[in-house]
Amino acid sequence: MATVTLSHVTKRFGGVTAVRDLDLEIRDGECFSLLGPSGCGKTTTLRMLAGFEDLDEGEIRVGDRVFSSSARRYYLPPEKRDFGMVFQAFAVWPHLNIFDNVAFPLQIKGLNRADIQAKTRRALADTGLLKVQNAFPGELSGGEKQRIALARAIAINPQVMLLDEPLSNLDPKLREEMRFEIKDLQRRLGFTIVFVTHDQAEAMAISDRMLVMRDGVLQQVGSPIAIYEQPASRFVFSFIGLSNFLPMEDRDGRSYVQDAPEVGPLEVPRPDSVAGPTWTLASRPTHIDLQAEGGLRGTVLRRVYLGELVEYRVRVGPHELRIQKGARDQTFEEGAPVGLSFRRCLGYPED
Amino acid sequence: MRPRRFGTAELLLLLSILILVVVVAIPILLIFWNAFVVEGKPDFLRALALLKEPDTLEALKNSLVIAGGTTVLSTIIGVFFAWLVSRTDLPYKATMKVLFLVPFMLPSFIGALAWKILLSPRGGHINRLLMDLLHLEDPVFNIMSLGGIIAVETMYLFPFVFIQVSGALERMDPTLEEAARISGAGLFTITRRITLPLMMPSILAGALLVALYSLAHFGVPAILGTERNIFIIPTKIYEKIYASGGNFEAIRTGTMLSSILVLSAAAILYLQSLVLSSGRFQVISGKSMRPMVLKLRGLKWPLLILSVVYIALTVVLPTATIFLVGTLKTYGLAFKLENMTLDNFTYILFKWELTRDAIWNSFYLSLCAAAVTMLIGTLISYVLVKTKIRGKFLLEFLGVLPFSVPGTVIALGVILMWSGRFGVNLYNTAWIIFVAYIARYMAFALKSTSAALEQVHDSLEEAARACGASKWQAMKDVVLPLIKPGMVAAFFLIFLPALRELTTSVLLYGPHTRTIGVAIYTLNEDGETVYAAALAAIALVIIVLGQLLIKRVTRAKIESA
Ligand SMILES: Nc1ncnc2c1ncn2[C@@H]1O[C@H](COP(=O)(O)OP(=O)(O)O)[C@@H](O)[C@H]1O
Ligand SMILES: [Mg+2]
Repeated sequence: MATVTLSHVTKRFGGVTAVRDLDLEIRDGECFSLLGPSGCGKTTTLRMLAGFEDLDEGEIRVGDRVFSSSARRYYLPPEKRDFGMVFQAFAVWPHLNIFDNVAFPLQIKGLNRADIQAKTRRALADTGLLKVQNAFPGELSGGEKQRIALARAIAINPQVMLLDEPLSNLDPKLREEMRFEIKDLQRRLGFTIVFVTHDQAEAMAISDRMLVMRDGVLQQVGSPIAIYEQPASRFVFSFIGLSNFLPMEDRDGRSYVQDAPEVGPLEVPRPDSVAGPTWTLASRPTHIDLQAEGGLRGTVLRRVYLGELVEYRVRVGPHELRIQKGARDQTFEEGAPVGLSFRRCLGYPED
Repeated sequence: MRPRRFGTAELLLLLSILILVVVVAIPILLIFWNAFVVEGKPDFLRALALLKEPDTLEALKNSLVIAGGTTVLSTIIGVFFAWLVSRTDLPYKATMKVLFLVPFMLPSFIGALAWKILLSPRGGHINRLLMDLLHLEDPVFNIMSLGGIIAVETMYLFPFVFIQVSGALERMDPTLEEAARISGAGLFTITRRITLPLMMPSILAGALLVALYSLAHFGVPAILGTERNIFIIPTKIYEKIYASGGNFEAIRTGTMLSSILVLSAAAILYLQSLVLSSGRFQVISGKSMRPMVLKLRGLKWPLLILSVVYIALTVVLPTATIFLVGTLKTYGLAFKLENMTLDNFTYILFKWELTRDAIWNSFYLSLCAAAVTMLIGTLISYVLVKTKIRGKFLLEFLGVLPFSVPGTVIALGVILMWSGRFGVNLYNTAWIIFVAYIARYMAFALKSTSAALEQVHDSLEEAARACGASKWQAMKDVVLPLIKPGMVAAFFLIFLPALRELTTSVLLYGPHTRTIGVAIYTLNEDGETVYAAALAAIALVIIVLGQLLIKRVTRAKIESA
């Protein structure tokens, strides 16, 4: 069983708390992403899992075995953890050819020659590298280098794979391709994936479950759909997909835009999730309908065709909203007055 | 545009070629000519017969042993300390790193002088101390031996390896090592199978530099070896030229030995270019600068002490020795306050013509050589980097020459050229040293000015031209200001080493043209140990002040930029 459990994990660098009191369970065989803006502590979390960083507080267990424990000052060194790891900058060894790169972990394990041959060839075949096994990394492209890193990581058939932004150095088309290949490998080999990324689309596409962090603090854990549909905070809402926010104020049982009551009251009831009289409305561009009459009144500032979609920038009082409609829906001219109605919106406490 | 036949560019090219031919190419050609041509006919057999003379053969063998030993020892020490300061949690790493570079500043012949005072078999202070303490009949150490020369050379040359390797270790992508670690390898395996192989180009580059310098150095083997009849190629050449008094056979042996030096230097530089151009080891990363640090745990303090002791022994002890001996009233007196005086320094600085002249000579020779060489270097680099004209390959070829000519060879070459054979006799004047310095330091000037010029993209000059500036205006207002830091760097890169130069000037000095290095060396030869040490102490002060000055100048440059 390779369930990875983090309890109360905290890591400080001087005055910076890179990870604060993180509780987390990553289930056996799932693909779990750590998502958040740059500098939020994702890499630090992954490096603590790998054993490269000690913990200031807390404990990390894999199955029922303790791997890191700050209380006991016990840290299983990285080379004893039997994890596979893929680094952002590939980290393939330029002085070894592809075969030797991939065979390295097996040689370290002290397997016999025949076993090394067989397992290396399997890993190379799994990643489509058999044909170039005698080449040196310098002769290969970025995508191929990342495949070498993958092959090297899966060669020892690890239970857990750690990937730190493995796709961010690849061009967009290749990125998508590699995403599928990683998922495919996981399906065949059954390892648990911990995947670090700052790209929400990538996290949504690859994960069974994921978390969002900010400044070292866990914001939300859940399936991609749950997080997309029910972001726990305004921050998560804005980080996952395109978003619009309006500051709202309740008067006489109706909700008005705070500094522009003249645009009219909100037609939908205020979400239950908010308490006080002032709150923030959050909505996705595709969840807002446009109509000639009624709704919150606004003016079309700009209209941009995005192929299947048309994007409007609509001014509502002092605010500007992004709204996306199908190309075959009713269109509105720039400068025209429009009414906004929210098919779906969420409310968050004001910050 | 109509192709011009002969314009400014062609003129500059011709001028550059002419300068390099006169200053570098002809002297070298003369050496080969004298070595291999007898009475107008090539004669390789006679040349080979000269090499088979027992004393030349011995010198060749010693050169090989000393260069080989110094290179191996410097590489081991350099790699070890580089690893220590960049890959472990050694306390005070940053300070130690600076300290390991200090030996670079000390002229090795001054170090040799100090070590001779401390460890010569009979008179050496440490030997005498140990013999008294332990009641021994025989001295414990003998610095005046092949092993001693290797040890002293190593002390002052290992920073070449240290700099190369610690730089490379710091620039190396740390995840290359982490990937090996997570693959199950322990630190020893990682060092052996990943780190060392990846560092190999840097290690080799540093080692080859050490080989080049230890082959060409005159000072250390002259001070520690000559008295004991231990010669290497440069000191043998010196002996031949001086013992001969112009004897033809002796000069021929000198030119033969010089040819060997040139060819070995060329071979070493060729090897180095091969090593550096193999692109298989591009491991430099921009991101994620958190190198894996080995926890030394129990070894932490012992290793720090080892490093500090190493610095104390190789830097502090010799320097202190030089200063202390420089204050003695007579050599041989005990180091007690009543035996010490500062009069030695005032005597050397203001009263004694020989040393006063030497300081003055070194000063203006270095200043003029640095200025002139820097300007010539800029001109040649400009033609090499910025112009596209036919015939440039000739200049490119000539431009490589200065890099491969050891100081002794240059000296012999200018002797052959400027001793009246071609109508100009500069022998025994300061001019001949000046000409030799230009040849000797041309490589430094070419390197830093061409690097600066390569930074100035052509489009900058073109933009100025497009704004209506003439070619000359564009040069003056755009190119020159941008390469000025490179030119200043070139100036100091020449000025400081020239100030402490010995290898070349020792073959060229006349009665009134001693340099500081020559004065220290001849004073030591004449048994004036105290004055040699006092002058060496003054030289050290000047060098340290010079280094501080560079630091200030270059830092001011960076801040104003
Ligand atoms: N070795 C370190 N020393 C000092 N600060 C560090 C170190 N590693 C990370 N940090 C800091 O911890 C925070 C989290 O960094 P990191 O985990 O790399 O973020 P992410 O991977 O999410 O971009 C950042 O503020 C970073 O500057
Ligand atoms: Mg990161």
